[in-house]
Amino acid sequence: MIDAITGLGRSALNALEVFGRAFVFLLRVLASLDVVLRRFGLTLFQIYSVGVRSLLIIVVSGLFVGMVLGYQGYITLVNFGAAEALGGVVALSLVRELGPVVTALLFAGRAGSALTAELGLMKTTEQLSAMEMMAVNPYRRIFAPRFVAGFLSMPLLAAIFSAVGVMGGYLVGVGLLGVDSGAYFSQMQAVTDWNEDVLSGVIKSIVFGFVVTWIAVFQGFNAQPTSEGISRATTQTVVVSSLAVLGLDFILTGLMFGAG
Amino acid sequence: MAEPPVADSPHIVIENLCFRRGRKVIFDDLSMRIPRGQVTTVMGPSGSGKTTLLRLIGGQLRPDNGRIWVDGQEVARLSTRRLYALRKRMGMLFQSGALLTDLSVFENVAFPLREHTNLPEDVLQTLVLLKLEAVGLRAARDLDPASLSGGMARRVALARAIALDPDLIMYDEPFTGLDPITMGQIVSLIRRTNQSLGLTSVLVSHDVAEAMAISDQVVLIAGGQVVDAGAPDELKARASDWSAQFLQGRPDGPVPFHYPGASYRDDLLGQRRDD
Repeated sequence: MIDAITGLGRSALNALEVFGRAFVFLLRVLASLDVVLRRFGLTLFQIYSVGVRSLLIIVVSGLFVGMVLGYQGYITLVNFGAAEALGGVVALSLVRELGPVVTALLFAGRAGSALTAELGLMKTTEQLSAMEMMAVNPYRRIFAPRFVAGFLSMPLLAAIFSAVGVMGGYLVGVGLLGVDSGAYFSQMQAVTDWNEDVLSGVIKSIVFGFVVTWIAVFQGFNAQPTSEGISRATTQTVVVSSLAVLGLDFILTGLMFGAG
Repeated sequence: MAEPPVADSPHIVIENLCFRRGRKVIFDDLSMRIPRGQVTTVMGPSGSGKTTLLRLIGGQLRPDNGRIWVDGQEVARLSTRRLYALRKRMGMLFQSGALLTDLSVFENVAFPLREHTNLPEDVLQTLVLLKLEAVGLRAARDLDPASLSGGMARRVALARAIALDPDLIMYDEPFTGLDPITMGQIVSLIRRTNQSLGLTSVLVSHDVAEAMAISDQVVLIAGGQVVDAGAPDELKARASDWSAQFLQGRPDGPVPFHYPGASYRDDLLGQRRDD
């Protein structure tokens, strides 16, 4: 019994300690951000490897999610004779929720895990240590560019996801099921509000980008320098960022739409 | 309190160093001096904190107690900027080489130059080739670090460590895991680098024969303290029991073969655990 309580206390303390370290780490990264402007090439390269290389999975997933939305939306709407409203339904679901959330989950799996594994391996093979001994600050040279790259890429990827999703809905709804093409887009325009829907989705994707990249880079930095440690850190990145994204989505949705 | 050393005095002075990792005491009141322009080897059993010592000298770890001066500057008290300035005059060779895996051999050696200088590309190219030539790997400049053998990786790392012409270079276990030919190459490189560049070399090793052959001074550490120190011949002549066991590699002696714990008999015939 006593053991269980001590165990609980210990794991709570450990969690708190990790959180504290993650926060200090974040502050240090933020303090090194001037390097991003001074040597934009470093960040650009990371945007390529974090963002551009995630494009394929984002585009394909977006297309299929949009297609499924179009199909399911049509089946429900046609019962009420409201199949013309399909464009609005697809766009709203994507822009408000599915775009940011699914992109963030895919981003954590594709780019986040890669970031963690890369940094963990750099730590294990003493590359970060060697850099420090060469008087090169790894926060500036390694962490800050990756952090900014993830932070910038995520909202863009979410936007691409939503755009491709809308096209997927169009393909199924208009192409296969015979919804009127003009109605699809005019409904979309009529229902989707810039501030209320698009902007709230953008804010969500910015927050998710920040959190997922923070978790991924920190997990790599904090990994135990063994192969087991790297594998654990990579798993942690995916699990923790997915949970964080879903939890934050709930909170953000509550904040944005709760009052209305 | 000792006064900070001046230019012609030892390159590194360590006084009353204490360092703990969790509850484990790594160094307990350790003091040593590392003379300028010579090869000094710190030897000791595995786990005696040799690598930790290099990290303390390089300012990557902070001592719990005691002081370390490098070139008259107390490492733990330097601001980040001055610590980095000091590190530019320090080279360190990691056991694994620690080459940056996303860069070619050439770019690895060029890395510190690109980070810290604004040299025109052709000057930089000449400098890097000079350093690579010194370690015999000029022709390997376009290779990927992953395709290098352990010995080659270490030689590239050496070229990188001397890229900024430091006046102190630290080697972490430079002889571990090498075949005899590569070992010979590394031994002669360390000696040659020391002579031609006139720098201070600090080695950490437990390869007795190579270390004794190469060093001007040997320091033996164990149990967190300096056990013995002196020129290699001197050390061999007057070695204490412990040093003799270490230098001749006897399995048992003052350092027991068995990890300390409950007696064998108690463990085999002992009580069942309560829980």
